[in-house]
Amino acid sequence: MTIPLTPVLQHGGRSGAGLGRHAAHISAYALVAIGAFVMLLPFYYMMVYATHTNTDILAVPPPSWFGSHLMDNIADLLERRPMFWHSMGLSLWIAVAVTVLNLFFSSLAGYAFAMFEFAGKEKFFGFILATMLLPAFVSMIPTVLLMAQLGWINESRALIVPAACSAVGVFMMRQYIGSAIPREIIEAARMDGCSEFGIYWRVVLPLLGPALGTLALVTFIGNYNNFIGALLVMRDQDAYTLPLVLRSLQGTSGITWGALSVGAAITVLPLLVLFVFYSRRLIDGLTAGAVKG
Amino acid sequence: MPAMAHPSKSEPPRRRPWLTRRWAPYVFISPFFMLFAVFGAYPLLFSIWVSFFRWDGIGPMTFTGLGNYLWVLDLTQLPWPSFFGREFWVEMYSRDFWRALYNTVWIGLVAGVSQHLVAIPLAFFIHTKLKRLSHPVLALYFLPFVTNAVAVALVFQALFSTQFGIVNSVLTALGTWQVAGVAPLAWLFPQVAVNWSGPEHVPSLVAFLVWWRYVGWNTVLYLAALQTIPAELYEAARVDGASSLQRLRFIVLPLLRPMIFFAVTLTVIGSLQMFEESYILTRATGGTGRVAETSAMYMLRVGMTEGDFGAASAVAWLLFMFIAATTYLNNRLFKPKD
Repeated sequence: MTIPLTPVLQHGGRSGAGLGRHAAHISAYALVAIGAFVMLLPFYYMMVYATHTNTDILAVPPPSWFGSHLMDNIADLLERRPMFWHSMGLSLWIAVAVTVLNLFFSSLAGYAFAMFEFAGKEKFFGFILATMLLPAFVSMIPTVLLMAQLGWINESRALIVPAACSAVGVFMMRQYIGSAIPREIIEAARMDGCSEFGIYWRVVLPLLGPALGTLALVTFIGNYNNFIGALLVMRDQDAYTLPLVLRSLQGTSGITWGALSVGAAITVLPLLVLFVFYSRRLIDGLTAGAVKG
Repeated sequence: MPAMAHPSKSEPPRRRPWLTRRWAPYVFISPFFMLFAVFGAYPLLFSIWVSFFRWDGIGPMTFTGLGNYLWVLDLTQLPWPSFFGREFWVEMYSRDFWRALYNTVWIGLVAGVSQHLVAIPLAFFIHTKLKRLSHPVLALYFLPFVTNAVAVALVFQALFSTQFGIVNSVLTALGTWQVAGVAPLAWLFPQVAVNWSGPEHVPSLVAFLVWWRYVGWNTVLYLAALQTIPAELYEAARVDGASSLQRLRFIVLPLLRPMIFFAVTLTVIGSLQMFEESYILTRATGGTGRVAETSAMYMLRVGMTEGDFGAASAVAWLLFMFIAATTYLNNRLFKPKD
């Protein structure tokens, strides 16, 4: 299935190239730089607006450099949404809880698919892959009804439990375990009398570091950003996750853009930190499944 | 984790464990299936069932057969004779389900086509021209994909604000820029502030936000595919005197076909479920005249705001059929033969 990754010889423009070709090269670089600038600009203005009063922001032209009202904007935000830090904690808690559960259940299932032979194995696996194609909105409304029946409206469980074992996770883990863990060590552990769960917990799991890290990143980011799921089940202000708090601020009369921007910036901050440290691993992990098959 | 039976050294090693090798894999994969049964399959089946009933979520359910589907499709009293004229399509556009579907497809096409048209050359450029900078540049383009849609949509709203948005400031400055009494860029840029959240422009604004969020993701996909193309192929073509554009056209594009197919499929499936971008940019209203209300927004409006669970489920399944049909067509027409 895997296409081998061949290192590619790289080469820049040659010095002997004609003038037209040279201009084409330079304009290509310029276009790519402008594009990168466009990608970054909204983040920059998010930070800039977070430091300005509304009067500054509403001026023409608007400010393009940092101001000195960051603390005022945070105070304004907290005055309007006293639960803001609580919401941030809730968002982080949900994302972390889903991540831990998903790592455990996905790697357990991935281990079974990679290392065991059992009746119906490929059928079960095919079924898991097929569930990835189901559009989420199809079951959205009955899911709300189900959560109401379970009494999980406004409960973080409603966002944690359904996400506790993802199809993508099982797929990633099967791929990794199948290619990275030798069957011999599992047989050896079995000969030594290790229990089946013990083999997974003591032998396999400690060897999954890189794959667990990638899956953790993907899971954390996806669930931290989950908006529509939270919109459906988190109804009360004290159950709002960060995206819902931001959304609720949007319609408020007299809301300042500074307070909104500071809220948006704080929401995005954990993601930016993760991205700065782990962007390479994240990008590699997300495409690992895509290049195959 | 609960402590599992684990024979210690002092016990006889052949004691029968509670989890045998034969059953262990089934136990290990069972969490997925249990969760899917409760939170995946049950709501799915329930929504098929509900779509055949009139139900507000609380009161009694009354069977209506295909009533909900017919109500949603709303195909009565259409001016069929003018099918090829304007009148018919104006009338279609006035009907909620069709307008939402049109909006979704329009935004999806505008954002989707431009994403791929940018992502393929960009990936090729990063792959062939950038060396040490390739990861930082890729990361910059990819950053929007990982950040919170609600947060960035709010910032977009500020940037594209009619009165104070930086975008309008720049555009009108360019449009009214004068050299020796003439405005050389007046034909290209507006002279007065553009109302980006008005019905005329808000679908484009949503499409731009979608493009901005996903262009990096597609670039990452294409770059991953490019890295599997053997270097000798480029090298041979370059030695034969092929320019960058020729190499892109005659070597890279044919070899990228499987990835183009895969990436376009993801875009199609994702676009038809579009929700957050328009929801935030139009403050959940879909804009004046609901010109940017997507199908997913329409479904939630029918279900949650208007409390008609039967009709909302019918919308969900109609949309599902539309996605399935589109994906099938895409497969038949464009899937590369192995």
